[in-house]
Amino acid sequence: MSWLGPEEWQAVALSLKVAFWATALSVPPAIGVAYALARGRFWGHGLLNGVVHLPLVLPPVVTGYLLLMFLGSQGLGGQVLEAVGLPLAFRWTGAVLAAAIMALPLTVRAIRLSIEAVDMRFESAAATLGASRLRVFFTVTLPMAMPGVLAGAVLGFAKAMGEFGATITFVSNIPGETQTLPSAVYSFLQVPGGESSAGKLVIIAIVVAMGALLLSEWLARRMARRVAGA
Amino acid sequence: MRLSVDIVKAMSGLELRAQFEAPDGITVLFGPSGSGKTTLINAVAGLVTPDTGRIALGEQALFDQARGVNQPVHKRGVGYVFQDARLFPHLSVEANLNYGRKLAANPPSEAEFERIVKLLGIGGLLARRPAKLSGGEAQRVALGRALLSGPQVLLADEPLAALDGARKAELLPYFERLRDEGNMPILYVTHSVSELGRLANHVVTLETGVASGLRAPSEVLADPHLVPGGVRGVGAMISAVVVTHHADGLTELNAGGVSLFLPKVAHDIGARLRVRIAASDVILARQKPEGLSALNILQAKVTGMREGDGPGAIVALETGAGQIQARITRRSAKALGLGLGVDAYAIVKTVSIAQEDVGG
Repeated sequence: MSWLGPEEWQAVALSLKVAFWATALSVPPAIGVAYALARGRFWGHGLLNGVVHLPLVLPPVVTGYLLLMFLGSQGLGGQVLEAVGLPLAFRWTGAVLAAAIMALPLTVRAIRLSIEAVDMRFESAAATLGASRLRVFFTVTLPMAMPGVLAGAVLGFAKAMGEFGATITFVSNIPGETQTLPSAVYSFLQVPGGESSAGKLVIIAIVVAMGALLLSEWLARRMARRVAGA
Repeated sequence: MRLSVDIVKAMSGLELRAQFEAPDGITVLFGPSGSGKTTLINAVAGLVTPDTGRIALGEQALFDQARGVNQPVHKRGVGYVFQDARLFPHLSVEANLNYGRKLAANPPSEAEFERIVKLLGIGGLLARRPAKLSGGEAQRVALGRALLSGPQVLLADEPLAALDGARKAELLPYFERLRDEGNMPILYVTHSVSELGRLANHVVTLETGVASGLRAPSEVLADPHLVPGGVRGVGAMISAVVVTHHADGLTELNAGGVSLFLPKVAHDIGARLRVRIAASDVILARQKPEGLSALNILQAKVTGMREGDGPGAIVALETGAGQIQARITRRSAKALGLGLGVDAYAIVKTVSIAQEDVGG
């Protein structure tokens, strides 16, 4: 890609890597939380709902600062992680965590809606056929909610791709390690003559985001048809 | 196997109280909508938890409030046919049929799978998705799926209510066959008199949440307080054997030595049928009528009279074919001098025996 300079290309590649892992990391817990919120009646339901949605309403800088406090090299969690060989602060792995946490509310919302849309009568029918709660979830609820899971995952990917505030606060803006696409745009705009590089990255951001949305729409429609058996 | 139910469950607006023991064969839960029928079988399935009481299959308790037993739905060994089929839309017909089979304590063999698929005539549908099935096909697959889960008791919640007349007629024989195989208790919910007449070995009636004990189908059909339409819905159920199909389009039946004629039925000669005769289709005479167009004239003796508030009366009669009822006016009853032990002739109009009321 000669159109992009090595520094710009590095930022794009890193962003794709971070967004991929952030999505892979956040979708399974998102499914669990979404199911608990959609079907569960337990103490702390409201609290869980609040905590999961917190990153959506909190200033991203605050989320990043909290991560830095607990999981940075001075934080208790950070020291534990460092001891087991998985340091997060100022590493791309930290960017993954920050992006995953920021993407979680969006993913949970999309999946929760699709789980709530699954007719519970199918779940009780599965139970009468001998399926345990867990089996009902994996063989009936989840497959029927799949279009929503997919839409949530793509939405989460796009969000992770564009995450800025929490990432830059938690893992800073180190080229090649933690300088994701939005951080790179920010950096280019700080230096004279960086506008053209920033402009190229902006175009890529738009293309990726748009592509993700179209892909999610297409997949969801295809899946919905398959689930409905038409 | 015997299913014993003895439960109380408070619901919004009424309290369900049920106590009965259902043996092998079909026990129809009969009552108007909102009388608690569905709640009752959902309690047996474990989809609804009773407030108090006990539900047991043989010696094994499914629910016992006193002992803190409440088996989860998936461990109860019940097969459930819902009114709305509830086939999994994301699975093929074959995968739907195998869903419960794989999970059964004693999974039905391949041969058993073949047998049920053939019995229900769904072999050609295996690769299809439920969305591509007609209502009758979907319900047959649902029945097959329930049977292939290896149930110890079968529950059916108005399984024919969503189907039109022709599809109903297509499905009824399968339930009749299950009843006659008689290898498990079947609870069958309906508010249809003709399904009750055709299928029931026993009946539990429900009225505003209160369930009766086991009753005989003929007793229920003859009770104007229980059948929809009151005195207009009263009827009898008699058992008959197909003698021959006549060339003029009539089928001759033998009911306890008495010949009955009705429009041609699809059953083979020698088949045993149940025929429901509505009380409003029977008229009475003191002398044997002559020069009458009706073909079915039964010698009878009055065994009971029931007069309501209106102008009508229900006369119970013993005939060679069995107990039947006639709905006549109180004025006619007086004019004919009808009373207990009086001899009379019951005239049943041939055409009035509806096809849907004839079953094996």
